[in-house]
Amino acid sequence: MLRNSRLSLHIPEPPARPGDRPDFRHLDLRPAGETRRPEPETPAHEMRDMPYALVRVLDEDGQAQGPWARGLPPETLRKGLEAMLLTRAFDDRIFRIHRQGKTSFFMRSTGEEALAVAPSLVLEPGDMCFPTYRNVGFLMARDYPLLDLVNQIFSNARDPLKGRQMPVLYSARDYGFYSVSGNLGSRVGHAVGWAMASAWSGDDRIALAYIGEGTTAEGAVHEALTFASVYHAPAILAISNNQWAISSFQGVAGGEETTFAARALAYGLPGLRVDGNDFLAVHAAVSWAAERARSNLGATLIEFVTLRIAGHSTSDDPTRYRPDDEARAFPLGDPVERLKGHMIALGIWTPEDHEALVAACEERIRAAVKQGESIGTLGVTKPPVGTMFEDVFKTPDWRQIRQRREVEG
Amino acid sequence: MATMNMIQAINSALDVMLDRDPKALIFGEDVGYFGGVFRATDGLAAKYGAKRCFDAPISEGGIIATAIGMGAYGLRPVVEIQFADYILPAYDQLVSEAARLRYRSAGDFWAPITVRTPYGGGIFGGQTHSSSPEAIFTHVTGLKTVIPSTPHDAKGLLIAAIEEDDPVIFLEPKRIYQGPFDGHPERPATPWSQHPASDVPEGYYAIPLGTANVVRAGRAVTVLAYGTMVHVALAAAAETGIDAEVIDLRSLVPLDIDTVTASVRKTGRCVIVHEASRFGGYGAELSALVQEECFYHLQAPIERVTGWDTPYPHAFEWDYFPGPARVGKALKRCVEAET
Repeated sequence: MLRNSRLSLHIPEPPARPGDRPDFRHLDLRPAGETRRPEPETPAHEMRDMPYALVRVLDEDGQAQGPWARGLPPETLRKGLEAMLLTRAFDDRIFRIHRQGKTSFFMRSTGEEALAVAPSLVLEPGDMCFPTYRNVGFLMARDYPLLDLVNQIFSNARDPLKGRQMPVLYSARDYGFYSVSGNLGSRVGHAVGWAMASAWSGDDRIALAYIGEGTTAEGAVHEALTFASVYHAPAILAISNNQWAISSFQGVAGGEETTFAARALAYGLPGLRVDGNDFLAVHAAVSWAAERARSNLGATLIEFVTLRIAGHSTSDDPTRYRPDDEARAFPLGDPVERLKGHMIALGIWTPEDHEALVAACEERIRAAVKQGESIGTLGVTKPPVGTMFEDVFKTPDWRQIRQRREVEG
Repeated sequence: MATMNMIQAINSALDVMLDRDPKALIFGEDVGYFGGVFRATDGLAAKYGAKRCFDAPISEGGIIATAIGMGAYGLRPVVEIQFADYILPAYDQLVSEAARLRYRSAGDFWAPITVRTPYGGGIFGGQTHSSSPEAIFTHVTGLKTVIPSTPHDAKGLLIAAIEEDDPVIFLEPKRIYQGPFDGHPERPATPWSQHPASDVPEGYYAIPLGTANVVRAGRAVTVLAYGTMVHVALAAAAETGIDAEVIDLRSLVPLDIDTVTASVRKTGRCVIVHEASRFGGYGAELSALVQEECFYHLQAPIERVTGWDTPYPHAFEWDYFPGPARVGKALKRCVEAET
């Protein structure tokens, strides 16, 4: 007798609120090395267990375990660690700069550095990343000029985006980094179309798109997944499940009933659930998906399980809706500390090396910010006002020409 | 030169561009093997292969999103949205993405896409197959919006649209696919073959966007129209005997403001005609522009003749449609008004 006398509406609630002990028991975790690694050419229907597993390489002692451990060269590990530290130093510095009123807005990616940095080192120069606003690590790993980031944050006279975008909504075509926007999910379809174009052209370039777990609820994401499936687009669709979409926990996006990686199943795509704070696991999973894509086997959906340590943005106060010590309690730890521990365990890194690198990254950021400040913080300098009428169209029509004349006087 | 109806002219433009530009491709619902529900892509998949003209899922948002990605890659996608009424799931892609990509990336990326879509009433399509949504595109900075009124213009404008490096909404007045329509549904339909604009060059030609066409010269009043309503306006002028100058705008964005203002300054009177509903329609912008640019030349209030501010009702289609009688009345009011 299943039938109840009355219906009741289920409204998801997170396991912990401010004042509660953080609770991550809902995360279905498993030890490093346990999850199998199918060969990349395996048909998707033979991998339907993968979205419910968890790809992990680094164990608690910093050792690489299991079939996903691919033995990355030490220089890749060093490069990855440096890019993560640079990202963290940048985030910390600009966050303070914002507090000083030198820019309007900022978003940190603290805790999510590995899932942006490692894929950047996997992708090749001709590939394209379709990022979110929390993926600056991708640029850090590619030595994007720090000063250009700072100038964009300040919307100053040397802003590469000419003062048109809020801070962190970068665009860097030459670095394989597509234009970021504040709209959510609306560029996953571009990534799929871009990847389809590569296949259509007989090229070997692939696309990587990021979204957050909250954005998986957008219709545009499902449209994009349909196209990725239908046309076997050589694309990697990455979901950063950082547990929070502003104040809404992942259950509000549908994470209570299944995993976000399992969204792949309905589209017949492979889905991987990956420890997003494990640099080696992220690198291995994206390499696997990239190999599939380049072998004309189509798209892969990857969920990176991680934690948004910082607030959503400088306009957000997470103490209002979640316990304030989630970062310490998060069972997947900190991506920087875990890679550092691994490198020390390998004997290629020391705590002294680490301290020196942290200091060097902070100094590089400090120097870039100082240089950016000398060019101008928000509102102090700007590109010439007339340039706001450029790039509306390839060639302005009479409206932009007339209005520009009016503004320029 | 060949005799073509508007569908054949559109098909010919697509054929020419697939042949000329190896990066051009077509996709959309039912456009591949079958050739589209209005037959606009008939034969193209057979001629150029499925790679150049293929079917898409029923996903207007997905169609436009993937087209933008392909455009950013360097291809030149031409997509069909089966009815303009169904373009709304793609509206976010057009407004937030296609229209702003070049601007927000400071020229890093752009979306050279053409979105073809049949629009307008007069086919008993009710409120789901009749609407005229041009104003929701013309209001979006970064989109171009084009509407042909003849086979000759349809081909030349579509070729120009495909060659554009900016996103173009190409609205096709489906009531005049087969023949010009003067707004008298009770009369037998005339085919395009009896109209001089059905003479269409078989090869390549482009009509630059932003050039209006004075289809009837006159001195008494300027009529601004586009799409099906060009033919209705001509019928109204003929039936009233008013010496109207009828301007077919052809491209709403960019607008040929010089041709509009030159005519209104000459006639001193202006009637604006469109099938879309009135409030906040493209006619409101035209009216404001004419007032701003030509106020001291105006001898009468500007008139608008439009669809009513209701959805397009199935049984009352001809009550909704701004036919020659309503246009004629407005012409009379306008020429008889005294300042």
